[in-house]
Amino acid sequence: MIFSNVNINNLGQMPKYSWWIFVTGLGLFFAIIPYFIELFVILEMSRFFGMALLALSMGFLWGYGGMLSFGQTAFFGVGGYSYSVLALNTGETTGALFFAVTAGMFIAAALGYFMIYGRISNIYFSVITLVFTLILEKGIRSTSGDQYVIGKVRLKGQNGIPNVPQLEVPWKAGIQLDINWFFYTGAISVLCVYVGLRLLLASPFGRVLVGIRENENRAELLGYDVRKYKFLAFTICGGIAGLGGALYAISIPLAHPEMFSLGRAADVVMWVLIGGKTSLIGPVSGVFAIEYFKGWLGTQGVGQVTLVLGAVLIIFVLVFQAGLIPTITCLPGVWRERALIIKNIKKYLFFIKTAMIQINKIDKFVTFFIKNK
Amino acid sequence: MEPIINYLFQIGFSFSIFILISLGLAVIFGMMRIINLAQGEFLMLGAYFCTICTQSGINLWLSIIIAALAVGICGIIIERLLIQWLYGRILDTLLATWGLSLLLVGAITTIFGPQTESIASPLGNVALGELLIPIYGIFMIATSLVLLLLLYLLWRHTRFGLIVRSTMQNSGAASTLGINQNLVYMLTFGFGCMLTGFAGAILVPIVGAYPTLGLVYIAKSFVTVISGGSLPLLGTISASSLFGTIDGVIATISTSVIGEIVVLFVAIILLRMLPLGITGRMTKGV
Amino acid sequence: MKLNRRQFFIGASGALAFASTPYLLKGAGIASEKPIRVANILDKTGILNIYSLKQIQATAMAVDEINSTGGLLGRPVELFFYDSQSDGQYNSKYVTEALVKDSVNVIHGGITSSSREVMRPIVSRFKGLLFYNSLYEGGVCDRRHVSTGMVPAQQLEPLMDYVISELGHKKCYILAADYNYGHITSKWMQKFVRERGGEDLAVEFFPLDVNNFQPALSRIQSAKPDIVLSALVGGAHIAFYRQFESTIGKDKIALASGTYGVGLEHTQLSAKEGNGIIIATSFFDDLNTDEANAFVKRFKEYTGDKSYVGEYAEYGERGIKIWAESVRQAGNASPEACIEALSKGTVSINGAGGVYTVDGKTNHTTMDIHIVTGHNQRFNVVKSFKQRPPRDTQMVCDLHQNPDDSTQYEPEV
Repeated sequence: MIFSNVNINNLGQMPKYSWWIFVTGLGLFFAIIPYFIELFVILEMSRFFGMALLALSMGFLWGYGGMLSFGQTAFFGVGGYSYSVLALNTGETTGALFFAVTAGMFIAAALGYFMIYGRISNIYFSVITLVFTLILEKGIRSTSGDQYVIGKVRLKGQNGIPNVPQLEVPWKAGIQLDINWFFYTGAISVLCVYVGLRLLLASPFGRVLVGIRENENRAELLGYDVRKYKFLAFTICGGIAGLGGALYAISIPLAHPEMFSLGRAADVVMWVLIGGKTSLIGPVSGVFAIEYFKGWLGTQGVGQVTLVLGAVLIIFVLVFQAGLIPTITCLPGVWRERALIIKNIKKYLFFIKTAMIQINKIDKFVTFFIKNK
Repeated sequence: MEPIINYLFQIGFSFSIFILISLGLAVIFGMMRIINLAQGEFLMLGAYFCTICTQSGINLWLSIIIAALAVGICGIIIERLLIQWLYGRILDTLLATWGLSLLLVGAITTIFGPQTESIASPLGNVALGELLIPIYGIFMIATSLVLLLLLYLLWRHTRFGLIVRSTMQNSGAASTLGINQNLVYMLTFGFGCMLTGFAGAILVPIVGAYPTLGLVYIAKSFVTVISGGSLPLLGTISASSLFGTIDGVIATISTSVIGEIVVLFVAIILLRMLPLGITGRMTKGV
Repeated sequence: MKLNRRQFFIGASGALAFASTPYLLKGAGIASEKPIRVANILDKTGILNIYSLKQIQATAMAVDEINSTGGLLGRPVELFFYDSQSDGQYNSKYVTEALVKDSVNVIHGGITSSSREVMRPIVSRFKGLLFYNSLYEGGVCDRRHVSTGMVPAQQLEPLMDYVISELGHKKCYILAADYNYGHITSKWMQKFVRERGGEDLAVEFFPLDVNNFQPALSRIQSAKPDIVLSALVGGAHIAFYRQFESTIGKDKIALASGTYGVGLEHTQLSAKEGNGIIIATSFFDDLNTDEANAFVKRFKEYTGDKSYVGEYAEYGERGIKIWAESVRQAGNASPEACIEALSKGTVSINGAGGVYTVDGKTNHTTMDIHIVTGHNQRFNVVKSFKQRPPRDTQMVCDLHQNPDDSTQYEPEV
């Protein structure tokens, strides 16, 4: 609420030279970094790349399409599972990776047709995507029996499919990518998707999409087929999430029903919200920040991880609406608005104070009651 | 005869669970338009309060009432601290309550530990021929019916019900008539939380209390309220009877998992046909 | 310092990574040596932690005891704890972290079969050693995996013998958790029931978050079994025992279980709800041998927690002691040396529940088994079996012949 009047708008234009230099620099950074960090960090970062794709797909839909889709985890999981099943069945990994993308897009298209062409309102859209991913989770979890086999792969329910095959060199069958090259695959995928989405936003399609986010009725009255644009964006993002799921499943290496779960869906919201949904780099940095933070919490003994995460989420919704990256980039603006912000904080503190006084009163009343019993 | 009674009991039991878990949400989401993802955690709080009271020697039935009131007070506090900033910002309420849900799970785990706290099931069973039925199950069915009746009377025939309904319909008009809308919102939210806490307290003798208890019910209650549509009471009743029947019958024939999956699918198809829910086109009634 | 440690445990905090206290190491004169690193990956939070909490403490206690008595091969033992949060993905993350980043010598951990199956491929990939301290469905044949808990031939076979041959409950109804443990265990149950001339009326599976068993109870009533066999797992499933008692009652249909008690379910249920449940176990607090009583006493002193200790806590100490013995016999703490020592079949310790010997061909453990029944939130012993071997796994697995085997063999029904 404090920063809600802060607006960032870098859309509609082709990226500037400085942006291309930034992307090239990022690429070079990823190219040399495996030689300077330890093995475990490389493995961790490879894992984050899959999640970063998921965050990008969600951030794009939410920030630029105005669609808050909790169901991205559904396509993430579908991607992971379809890669694992196909790769384990055929032994062919490059094709399986493409299949994961297609499967994500296909499922997204099916669900998107149902919802977007059914003109379901935004809120129901969020809730239904959430329910959809929960149904998939329940379904996958109940496939422990040995009757659930696709080809020669058992789905194994709660267990997940362990031993997901590593990617192989596309032109040399049977030779697996080593840890560094898998890291590069992840980095290249994230960079390509990032650049691709950025260019898409500069194209007419992207501008119309942002127009729809701003005012759906107006876009419709101007003659755009709103449903088509939303449907296409949803399908593309399904594919991106599918790719992310496949890379994630390879990196851990496990395709697991937890990929569909409520907890994972909450993670995605946190990444995008905290990284900031008004830029594409925000969700990606959100992944790295939050996942690093969570891993660190898990070995620190500071208390319940969920407790801290919940508090962080509430603070971000209440205070840092725009997310971390946009908040940092607009700090000068914040300084100019400081009077308003301080007023808001004071108002909030005042309410907490009055609430505490009320609680004290109740407490006194109760103690009085107990004493006189 | 026995199979019929058995089916009736299963349907009734399932119906009562749907009613109990979604009435509070029907008030908070259906009337106030707050997507409260922490609803399951209010239910969990009710379960914990009831367990604590019973373990410290208070009679179970009294504990249930105390637990419901305590959760209502928690709801009011949370409304003042968090929700009041978010009226009208429907997606933000969703995210903030999600955070609240994580926070409450974490807090309860820190305080009580993660294990299941439980109290003994009261009342035993009754034999109908060879069929044994738990009396507590029958009590739950009866309670949910009585609760529905009370709510109907409250909404239709009391001044409080009238004020709440008018404020939810048009808060501007209501406040020009001299109604303190902040207070009404606060009390309504607290009332919704109280109903949810009551559900948790009623459920605790059969399921126990553990920090992640809310997760089991949250999807179900949202599906029920959304499918029910705009009228909180009639919508909840109709959706609960539909889903209760499906769940009761299918869970008895096959397994409870398939029952749940079928319910969720029916809900999605229902929403495709009636995007506003079962009572979406009705404007009168509660 | 000890008090701090105790508060640490009571505070049920997220996760901990600690070495034994410097005081302890100095006292034993081994503080300056390079420590041997032990990873412990268990669920401190989440739905499955009812099994892990005491095991986490017992593992820490066993490590502290080793350190206070001069360490292992003259080196201190350093314990790394990772909280896998009842989520398989954290098992995968932390097992990688332990092996690659913290380069531990051995990993103790995993409660569910799912978590074990997640960790096993990674342990093989990075050439580590995994001690799996939990009862499970048997059949894992892998030289990098050591099972110290009960398998069906040790636990369920005597249980079925008792239930069918001695009590005469021939018609059985099986309920199991819906993941690989439940599925394979239910097959073993069916197999043992049929071999003894019993009849398995039905098998039902429940996901771990199901807590409403009314439909299942109505199906049980119409099937009219003599006994219900449960392999239910986790906090939500405790509701079954409560609903069973309030709907049917153990005086009408008997109840036996392979998993009851290991999650301390009996302390959560009232005496009436827990009385008479028949289980088979390798350790319980009222075993009443000197070793068992000493273990219970030490554990309660160490944690400051006076409640029931239970089998899974004992597994934690058992795992560390067996591993320590293998290190002593190998004279080297590296995983390869330990595996070599274990394969000789001479690793044997005198633990709290009797003598435990690791079978070199299968890396499974021979132990004493007791049939007990629930009584006033404790257990009464009915019958005891000395030194039962893990026969089911021995029939299918021979790591001397096939050292590269890593399959989990499943029974045929």
